[in-house]
Amino acid sequence: MTAPRHLALGVLLLVAVPACRRDARPALRFWALGREGEVVAQLLPEFERRHPGLRVRVQQIPWSAAHEKLLTAFVGGAMPDVLQVGNTWLPELVALGALEPLDERLARSAAMRTADYFPGILAANLIDGVTYGVPWYVDTRLLFYRTDLLAAAGLARPPPTWAGWVAAMVRMQAAAGPGSWAILLPAREWEPLVILGLQWGADLLRDDARYGDFRSPAFRAAFTFYLEFFRRGLAPPGETAVANVYQDFARGAFSVYLTGPWNLGEFARRLPAAARDRWSTAPLPSPDGEYPGASLAGGASLVIARGSRRQNDAWALVEYLAEPAQQARFYQLTGDLPARQSAWRAAALPDDPRAGAFWLQLQHVRSTPKIPEWERIASAIAHYGEAAIRGDMGIDGALEALDRDVDGVLAKRRWLLERAGG
Amino acid sequence: MRVRIDPAWALVTPALLAIGVFFFLPVVAALGLSFTDFDVYAVGDLARLRVVGLANYCHLLADARFWTALRNTAYFVFVGGPLSVTVSLGVALLVEARLVRLKGLFRTVFLLPVVTTLVAVAVVWRFLYQPRFGLLNHLLGLVHVGPIDWLGDPRWAMPAIILLAVWKNFGFNMLIFVAGLQGIPAQLDEAARLDGAGAWQRLRRVTLPMLAPTFVFVAVITLIGYFQLFAEPYVMTQGGPGDSTLSVALLMYEEGFRWWNMGAGSAIAFVLFGIVLALTVLQLRLRRGDLRLATSGSGGAR
Repeated sequence: MTAPRHLALGVLLLVAVPACRRDARPALRFWALGREGEVVAQLLPEFERRHPGLRVRVQQIPWSAAHEKLLTAFVGGAMPDVLQVGNTWLPELVALGALEPLDERLARSAAMRTADYFPGILAANLIDGVTYGVPWYVDTRLLFYRTDLLAAAGLARPPPTWAGWVAAMVRMQAAAGPGSWAILLPAREWEPLVILGLQWGADLLRDDARYGDFRSPAFRAAFTFYLEFFRRGLAPPGETAVANVYQDFARGAFSVYLTGPWNLGEFARRLPAAARDRWSTAPLPSPDGEYPGASLAGGASLVIARGSRRQNDAWALVEYLAEPAQQARFYQLTGDLPARQSAWRAAALPDDPRAGAFWLQLQHVRSTPKIPEWERIASAIAHYGEAAIRGDMGIDGALEALDRDVDGVLAKRRWLLERAGG
Repeated sequence: MRVRIDPAWALVTPALLAIGVFFFLPVVAALGLSFTDFDVYAVGDLARLRVVGLANYCHLLADARFWTALRNTAYFVFVGGPLSVTVSLGVALLVEARLVRLKGLFRTVFLLPVVTTLVAVAVVWRFLYQPRFGLLNHLLGLVHVGPIDWLGDPRWAMPAIILLAVWKNFGFNMLIFVAGLQGIPAQLDEAARLDGAGAWQRLRRVTLPMLAPTFVFVAVITLIGYFQLFAEPYVMTQGGPGDSTLSVALLMYEEGFRWWNMGAGSAIAFVLFGIVLALTVLQLRLRRGDLRLATSGSGGAR
């Protein structure tokens, strides 16, 4: 007796459920990373209001898993429409053929003005002359330092040149007292060493990135200078010497820290109250007279998947997130520094004493070699840098081994270039 | 003539299919991959794939990091393995001792580390190992030892990993030993007692020989499991400091999933497989000899 009724209900459901689905377009899929992925959802209601019928589904992915997940998604044909990537990943994704070139859309767009971006950062999104990413926020490295310890060392300002750098560190270490380090150069990171190399004019790779060029006089000089901080006991040789960066910075366990813009927010939030007003930032010293010295053109970009069937909608989202107003709002939500200079001015950032140093630094940024193998090469640089810091290897031994490893990593690239050439 | 098919095939076919598709096929594919230079370039365009024969294996054998990883793994297996089995056996004997009350409670407590997520455990152990504020160094300080930079010093990082792994894993082997102990007839122990054997003699002459089959199982499982050392260094040290906790499985993961060199990664997987297989066979051979000795020895004593 109830069976027919159940049957009718079932048929109704079968008909109704797909029908409900059909009248709304599927949501635009947007992958965002880390903290940005949590926060960006707050910007989207406005976008959806302006584009009726368009919904955005944000999937948040932790940075640590992002690279692997991206490659897997590409192989599995499950790429989203829009995604956030670190700009150093672009060469790899381009080699995969995973990204849509954006030059035409950029040229046609009324909202985008490429002149508004930091030139060095925009250049990082150019692979072989083609733009694949729109800068979303920027990232570079410079010095965070304790203002009171600088004054106690009798210094008027952070060192503007390499020549005064080591001497200034010695004086700051003396001012901070025994048991302290002058500068924290995270020994496991490749960035400090590569920055110094780029500043000294090292090309890192040679012959159109066919071979490593780390035994060049320029890189060797930079490497020697870098190791000087560790040899003289000015920088801690391992990660574990510093238990908690924020507490130790407040304690004066180290007085200078080579790090990036995310620490603007972290320092403001995590430093104990007593240390809140005792720090500032400064652009990097340079090896010659030209202050400031160069740093890295880091940051995250928004890209569109080549396989996406909704590239116009995807572009609308990219355009929206690139608007100066949204960039300024995003800065307020995350503390990430905007990629557009008009957004900086809108938020009065260039005049902020701490963000201001980044403004200056961002005018002097350079990209690392734009080849898919870069991440691996960078990891090898950090590896041999750490070995030399520990004293396991000498300068020349480490550089020779580094060149050998890098040549091995680039073997496939050489083969591809030769095949294309002949 | 009609061919009669054994109906058993109908029953095992689904399982065989599943094993074939999800086990044998990937293994064969990985073996094939290990003879190619499959990498990011090849993912984008298969025309950029080269068959390289044994080059991946040759590079691996020439790679200093591989030997470092193998040395570290061997260190972990041959120090951590016996230590883990000894601790498991000791705890099992204690838990099964007659005087112990609340056996179930102890068994559960000792099994807890096994069932806890390693990532959560690692967070706590990182605190314990912290050089300046960690509990471990505080305790060592009380007896005027240290401080030791557990995870930051290349000499101490592997011992620290071993300590964590032994603590994390002994519960499982303990459970197997407990089962083995419960399988030993109580009469044997009582007979030995009547014959005037002391506790140590009863352990050596009765309990341990009777446990021999359990021992073989535990040793083989531990050897295989410990050779696949991955999660502990991955979570605690990422292979550092200075590659002192880099294991073969971690190196394989790096090649395959961090750098996406599937060819080179697969080659490491098969080398690791070969090593584990060879050692397991060797171990079984040795133990079989042992077992025969043990049974003939106890037979002779009667």
